[in-house]
Amino acid sequence: MAVDWKSYKPVLIPDIPNLENIDVYVKNGGYGALKEVVTQDKWGHSDVVNEVKAANIRGRGGAGFNAGLKWSFMPKPDGGPRYLACNGDESEPGTFKDRKIFEYNPHLFIEGALIAAYAMQVTTIYVYIRGEYISWVRMMEKALADAYDKGFIGKNLFGTDFSVEFEITYGAGAYICGEETSMLESLEGKRGYPRVKPPFPAQKGLWGRPTTINNIETLANVPLVIKNGAGWFKGIGTESHPGPVLYGISGHVNRPGVYELPTGVPVMDLINEVAGGIRNGKKLKALIPGGSSTPVLRADQLVDTCMDADSLREAGSMMGTAGMIVMDEDTDMVETLWRISHFYHHESCGQCTPCREGTGWAEKILLKIRNGEGEIRDLDLLLDLTTQMEGRTICALADAAAWPIRHTINRFRDEFEAKCKKSTHAVA
Amino acid sequence: MKDNYSFTKEDLEEIEKIKAKFPEVMPATLPVLWVAQRRFGHVEPPVQQLVADTLDLPAAHVHGVASFYTQYYKEEKGKYVLDVCTTTSCQLCGGYKMLHYLEDKLGIKAGETTEDGMFSIQSVECLGACGYAPMMQVTNDVYVNNLTEEKLDTVIEDLKDGSMPDFESVGMPQFEKRK
Repeated sequence: MAVDWKSYKPVLIPDIPNLENIDVYVKNGGYGALKEVVTQDKWGHSDVVNEVKAANIRGRGGAGFNAGLKWSFMPKPDGGPRYLACNGDESEPGTFKDRKIFEYNPHLFIEGALIAAYAMQVTTIYVYIRGEYISWVRMMEKALADAYDKGFIGKNLFGTDFSVEFEITYGAGAYICGEETSMLESLEGKRGYPRVKPPFPAQKGLWGRPTTINNIETLANVPLVIKNGAGWFKGIGTESHPGPVLYGISGHVNRPGVYELPTGVPVMDLINEVAGGIRNGKKLKALIPGGSSTPVLRADQLVDTCMDADSLREAGSMMGTAGMIVMDEDTDMVETLWRISHFYHHESCGQCTPCREGTGWAEKILLKIRNGEGEIRDLDLLLDLTTQMEGRTICALADAAAWPIRHTINRFRDEFEAKCKKSTHAVA
Repeated sequence: MKDNYSFTKEDLEEIEKIKAKFPEVMPATLPVLWVAQRRFGHVEPPVQQLVADTLDLPAAHVHGVASFYTQYYKEEKGKYVLDVCTTTSCQLCGGYKMLHYLEDKLGIKAGETTEDGMFSIQSVECLGACGYAPMMQVTNDVYVNNLTEEKLDTVIEDLKDGSMPDFESVGMPQFEKRK
């Protein structure tokens, strides 16, 4: 059943001018949810965790894991430091949504992070933003300084014994630092090498201390859940994947951009009505629904598909970050896949052999096919390669590199074969 | 390549503030490399050594970090570094066309610097501006969105005059009626 999205009113980035200004934010009820949980007896730490768990905010960074459940993995406090690391690395091609929160509603995210800190009894919050987003880092620095000035961050909030510090830091150009344990390494001032799990960050995270990592958009939902209740949140979008989503629509559409709508909006509505249809009156060829690692879908696979985890899984893809890359009928799928493979080769950190070597060879073979030098058997070699990369590495980058290769070849095989040399005999 | 670099008093004050954010000194590596690059325009090995000495960390560690992240310039670049995004959405919307236009205009290839030291061009991976493709970033700073050949001409002329492009705030298209 399709959700009613036409009457939807945005709540993450509502239509209120100058909401990035802390006074405007406070005037519109901002930091009220924080004050409520910190000061009212009915909100114990675990009550907040349970409310967020009940809302089923599925992580907006791509994995789609229940945020409240993740919080509940934090061990009991032992008097030492505990951390919340907010992931604003946003590097998956097709994804450009969190920067909208930094720019238009930074305090909603800050409030959400502070509520999360209260729930998990965190002592310090770090927000890690990708280095390229330096303009948005400056906006966040301003917002944080304002929140400190107004007494929403710091010691003994609202006269209680709850204290928390909030620091901002940024990267220097590395896709892998969006992987949660790699981000922790980068925060610790090292090369962004993902860590072997277990131990999970909740046990041993930053500096060996309990740490939870959440996406910016995920945390921005938290004050809304506290203010309006888990039931309200679950009433938005689809039952198994509820809530508002920032859809980033890019590629060959007339009105690309970030749109806030419920989960479960039909893909064709998003392309044709929300984003104004395909440019130059062309036909739709394919869609990458949630960032470049999510499997591409052909136009015929999109007919009754909606943007939620279940519907996309049925269609043969994933929700990812809801960064939708739309491709028109003129798109060269071989060229597109080669470029995606180049990206993952460039961004592989090099720790694990299947990923370091696999991404490199995939790019080389695809380049050969793109240049008309490939053979049909190279396609099967590529498919075989993907099975030897997927699930055999420390982090999911190898999977993210393997999926587009497998699914683009399988779903557009004729196009790849057409680029291959017709002769299949061995060349010495 | 000169080898006598030093931080100013203001730099050192900023570095102290950075160190105060973290329980250990090592996390200051990335931010202090940024301070150094803003001061000297690059982080060549002598600058990496300065960062290591300032933070009292092994030079090998600082070199490891500097060499891992793409935004640090491990060699001197032009005064303005034009990072043209060519990853998926930008590729689909003409990122390579913009890159090649710039290459022809400035007479250099991606990865090179003009002889007068004014411009370097780089073809870079996704910068997170997919809806505003094709786009580029100027010297790790401002994003220039929705590139056209005419827009590139203007930006290059302005940069030659020493003026950086303005920050372009791209709103939410849902609220365009408001304006």
